[in-house]
Amino acid sequence: MKNTLLNKVSTVCMTAALAVSSIVLPSVASAADAVIDAEPQVASMRGTAPLNAELTPNPMEKVENNDLKRQRDYPQQPPTIPHDISKYQLDKNFNKCMDCHSRKLADEAQAPAVSVTHYMNRDGEFLGEMSPRRYFCTQCHVHQLESKPMVENEFVDVDELIKQSNQRAKK
Amino acid sequence: MNKIINLLKLGWAILSKPAVHLSLGFLTISGFIAGVIFWGGFNTAMELTNTEEFCTSCHEMRDNPFMELQSTIHYSNRSGVRAICSDCHVPHNWTDKIARKMQASKEVWGKIFGTIDTREKFENHRLQLAQNEWTRLKANDSLECRNCHQFDSMDFTRQSKRAAAQHSSALASGEKTCIDCHKGIAHKLPNMEGVREGTSPH
Repeated sequence: MKNTLLNKVSTVCMTAALAVSSIVLPSVASAADAVIDAEPQVASMRGTAPLNAELTPNPMEKVENNDLKRQRDYPQQPPTIPHDISKYQLDKNFNKCMDCHSRKLADEAQAPAVSVTHYMNRDGEFLGEMSPRRYFCTQCHVHQLESKPMVENEFVDVDELIKQSNQRAKK
Repeated sequence: MNKIINLLKLGWAILSKPAVHLSLGFLTISGFIAGVIFWGGFNTAMELTNTEEFCTSCHEMRDNPFMELQSTIHYSNRSGVRAICSDCHVPHNWTDKIARKMQASKEVWGKIFGTIDTREKFENHRLQLAQNEWTRLKANDSLECRNCHQFDSMDFTRQSKRAAAQHSSALASGEKTCIDCHKGIAHKLPNMEGVREGTSPH
C-alpha cells in the first residue's frame, strides 16, 4: 500500500518536472548550443573556433631538414632532430633512427651516435646494448617545424637565471 | 611396352608423311595464325597476373603488404605517380619475367596450404620473405628500382645534403646499390637483428 502511494507521487513529480523543463528549455538542441561558447576565451590549436564548428585545417608546415645542430636551452635537453623523420619506422621490430645513430652504424652515415646515457638502466648501470626505456626516440627527441610560434615564448635560459640571481645577491 | 612403342611408331608415321589433302599454303598460314593467337594469349594471360587486382585478390597480399604500401610514397605522393606490385617485384625483361613467374608457382603452393594465411604467420615469415627480395635486388643491381629511378637523371643539388653525399659517392662508384640503404621503403621491416646491428630490440 505504501509502495504504490510512493510510486504515484514520484510519477506525478516527474511529469511536473518534464513539463517545467519543456517550458524553460524549448528544445534540446538549443540547450546544447547554449553550453558551447560562440567564441572560446582560450585559443587552442583550433584557434577560437567554437567546439561544434568544423574547420579547414591549415596547410602542413615544412619540417626543418637542414642537418644543423640547434643550441640546447638547458644542459639536460634532448637534442632536437634537424631532419625529416616522417616516413621513419619506429616500432617493436625496427628503429629507423638507429639505422644511422647506433654505435655500430654511426660512422657509415657520419651521424652523431647516441650518448652513453642511452646504454644505462634506471639504476645507472651500463648495459651492452641500448636500454629498452630509451628505445622510442621520439619520446624525448622531436623534429622542428619551420613555422612561427603560436604564442610568445617566455623561456629564460639557465645562464640568464644564474646571472640574475648573482646580481640580486650583490644588491 | 610393345603397345606403347607401336603407338609411337604410328604417330611418327603420320607426322613424317606429307599432307595429302591440305595445301602447304594452308598449313603455313594457319600455323602462323595459330602461333600468333597462342603467343598473344600467353602474354596477355601473363600480363593479367601482373595487375594489382590479381595480386590483391588474395587476402594474404591485400591485408599485409598492400596495406603497408598505402602509407608510403610509392602509393601516395604529391605528383600521383605510383608503383604497383609488379613494378618492383616482377622483372620487366621477358626471360627474367618467365623465371620469376616459374618461381611464383611456389607461392601458389603457399596459398593452397595457407603458409601465411594469418597475420601471425605472415609476421613469422616476414624476415624470410623480405630477404628473398633483398637477395634478388642485390643480385640484379636493384634493376626494378632503376626501371624508374635513373641514376643519370638524378640532380644531386635537388637532394638533401645527406642523400647527395651518399648517391654521389657509394652509389656512383657502384660500391652500393639502391636496396643496400633503401630497405623497408614500401613495406614494414621485420626484426633486423643480424641484418643491421643495433636497429632492433633483442
